[in-house]
Amino acid sequence: MNVLNILKVSMRSLGRNKLRSFLTMLGIIIGVGAVIAMMAVGEGAEFSIKQQIASLGTNVLLIFPGSLNQGGVRTGTGSVTTMNADDLTAIQTQCPSVQMAAPVIGTGGQLIYGQQNWGTRITGSNPEYFDIRSWPLSNGQYFTEADVRSATKVCVLGQTVVDNLFKGSDPVGTVIRVKSMPFKVVGVLSPKGQSAQGQDQDDIVVAPYTTVQKKMMGVTYLGIIMASAVSEAAMDDAQNQITQLIRVRHKIQPWEDNDFTVRSQTEIANAASATTKVLTILLASIASISLLVGGIGIMNIMLVSVTERTREIGIRMSIGARGRDILFQFLVEAFVLSMAGGLIGVILGVGSSNLISKLAGWPTLVAPTAVGLAFLFAAAVGIFFGFYPARKAAMLNPIDALRYE
Amino acid sequence: MPRDGAIIEINHVIKTYVMGDVEVHALRGVSLSVDRGEFVAIMGASGSGKSTFMNIAGCLDVPTKGDYFLDGVSVAGLDRDKLARIRNEKIGFVFQGFNLLSRTSALENVELPMFYRSVSNKTRKEKAMEALRIVGLGDRYEHMPNQLSGGQQQRVAIARALVNDPSIILADEPTGNLDSRTSVEVMEIFQQLNEKGITVMLVTHESDIAEYAKRNVVFKDGRVKKDFAVANRRVAKEQLELMPVSVDDDEEQAA
Repeated sequence: MNVLNILKVSMRSLGRNKLRSFLTMLGIIIGVGAVIAMMAVGEGAEFSIKQQIASLGTNVLLIFPGSLNQGGVRTGTGSVTTMNADDLTAIQTQCPSVQMAAPVIGTGGQLIYGQQNWGTRITGSNPEYFDIRSWPLSNGQYFTEADVRSATKVCVLGQTVVDNLFKGSDPVGTVIRVKSMPFKVVGVLSPKGQSAQGQDQDDIVVAPYTTVQKKMMGVTYLGIIMASAVSEAAMDDAQNQITQLIRVRHKIQPWEDNDFTVRSQTEIANAASATTKVLTILLASIASISLLVGGIGIMNIMLVSVTERTREIGIRMSIGARGRDILFQFLVEAFVLSMAGGLIGVILGVGSSNLISKLAGWPTLVAPTAVGLAFLFAAAVGIFFGFYPARKAAMLNPIDALRYE
Repeated sequence: MPRDGAIIEINHVIKTYVMGDVEVHALRGVSLSVDRGEFVAIMGASGSGKSTFMNIAGCLDVPTKGDYFLDGVSVAGLDRDKLARIRNEKIGFVFQGFNLLSRTSALENVELPMFYRSVSNKTRKEKAMEALRIVGLGDRYEHMPNQLSGGQQQRVAIARALVNDPSIILADEPTGNLDSRTSVEVMEIFQQLNEKGITVMLVTHESDIAEYAKRNVVFKDGRVKKDFAVANRRVAKEQLELMPVSVDDDEEQAA
C-alpha cells in the first residue's frame, strides 16, 4: 500500500467521525497552542528585559560601595560611604581600559513649578553620565563640566517629570524648585521607557553631583560610580583595573574583603534573563503537560478505534494486508490527528500570543524555533501514543478479527 | 512434493488448540488434494473441523503438524507476513457475512486487495471494474454496501475475491445469510467462474447447495469421512428458471 493511499484511507476514516476526530485533536491543539503562547510570553519578557538593560548603556560597569563589617555585623551593600569624587577622578585618569566614568548620587525630593508639584528621584552626576547611558536630549542641552565644578543649580529633566510639571509648555529656560531650591532647567531627556525592574526611567531629574552633594544632601560621598569600558572586550580589564585601583586607594589589605563591588551590566542582564528563562521553561513545561494529556487522548481514541474496527482489520488481513500495513495505517491516522492538531495549535498559539500582547500589553515574541519544536513534539506525541494501538491492531489474529462481533 | 496440477495438497494435517487446560483436536489427520478447475464443497456438522480446515487452506492459520502445498508452494512453516502475501496473491475469500468495508463503495471494496500489492491506480480501477462486470454489478460500482441487497453484497465480495486472479476461491458458507433464490444466484456465479477454469472450494452445511459443486467432502470429528463426486449435479441456471421470478428482492431494494 503506498503512502498516498494510506493517507487517503486515514483521512477518510477520520472524516467519518468528524466530531470525535476534532475532540481528539483538541488536546493537541490546546497543548501546542499553550506551549507556543507561553513560550512567546516568556521569550517576549526575556527580549524586553535585554532591551531595557541595553538601554542602561553598553559596556557599563557599576561600582557599588560595599558592606561594612563592624564587629562581625555586616551591613548591606551601599551602607558605607567610602567612595568619593577622588575615586571617580582616579578611575577616569588611571584606568586605561575605562573610557568614561560618572558618579551617581541620588535623593528623593519634591519638585514645584507653578501650580504643579511632583515627587521624584534627583540624581547627581556629571555630563559623561548621559554618554555612558547613551541618553540623548529631546530639547535644550546638558549641563557642563563647569556646572559640576561650581555646583550650579541647573538640571536636566526626564520626560515623565516634564509631563507632570509642565503640562505642555516648554520647560527649557524655566526655573523650578527642587526641595525648595530654585534650579534652572537646561534640557529635557528623550524618553527611555521602563527599566528591567519595571521602574520608569524617565521619572528623573539629573543635576551636577556636586550640587546634589553640597546643596541638597550635605555629604561628600558618592552612591555608585558608573564606568564604561573602551570596548566590550575590555570589560574584564576595566573591571580588574578598577578593582585594583580602589583597593589601593581604600588601603584594603590583601587579606581583607573589598569594601565595594564591581558589577558589569552583562552580569545583571544575564541574571535577569536567566530568571525569565526559568520562567519560560516553567511555563512551557506546564503547557507541554497538556500536550502529553492530548497524546493520551489520541491513544485512548485510537484504542477505541482499533476495537471498533477489528472486523475491518480482519477483512484487510484476510485479503493480504500484512501486520505492518495495518500498523502503518493506524499510525498514520494517529499521526494525521496530531499533525492536524499541531497545525491548528500553531495558528491558535500565534493568534493567542498576539492577543495577549494586544489585550494585556505584555511583550510577546513567537520564536520560529518554539513553533517548530511544539509542532515536532506534537508529531512525536502522535507517533508515540499511536504506536501502541497500531501495534495492537497489527498483532490481531486474522481469524479472531474476522469473527469479532 | 506436490503432484502436478494440484492446487491444494494437504497431507496428514493435525490442528490442536489449547483452550485453558483442555486440548481441542480440531483436525486429527486430514489429507486432501484439490486439482486445478475443481469445484469442491466441504460439508459437515458444526464442530466437525471444516472451518478449521478452511482457515488452514486459506492460510489464515497454520497446521500444528502436517504438510500443506498451495499451488506448489509449501506454506506450513511460513510466518505471518509471508502468509499475508500468499493470501493476497493466491487466495480469494468469500465469507458468510460478506465482510465488505462499510461506507466504502463497491468499486473500492473490490480494489482493496490490490492496495496491498504494487498495482498502478489506473490498472487497479480497470481490474476492479472488470471483476464487478463479471459478477453482473458493473453499473453499481458507486453503491455503498448498505445500498446493496444481500445477494449483491455477496457478488461484490466475489468480485473482490476474483480481482487478484487467485489460484483458488475459498467460500465459507457463502449462502448462509441469503434467501433460497439469491443463494442459487450466487451459486450460479460460482458455477460460471468454475466453468472459466477457476478452482472453487466452499464450505456449506446445506446439502442442496453442495449439489452445485462437482465434488463433496464430508468432515466428521476432525477427519474426512466421505469424499465423492456429485452424481446429479445441479445447474443453477436451470434451477433459477424453475423459481418464481415475479418477486425480485434484489432489484426492489436496489431501486
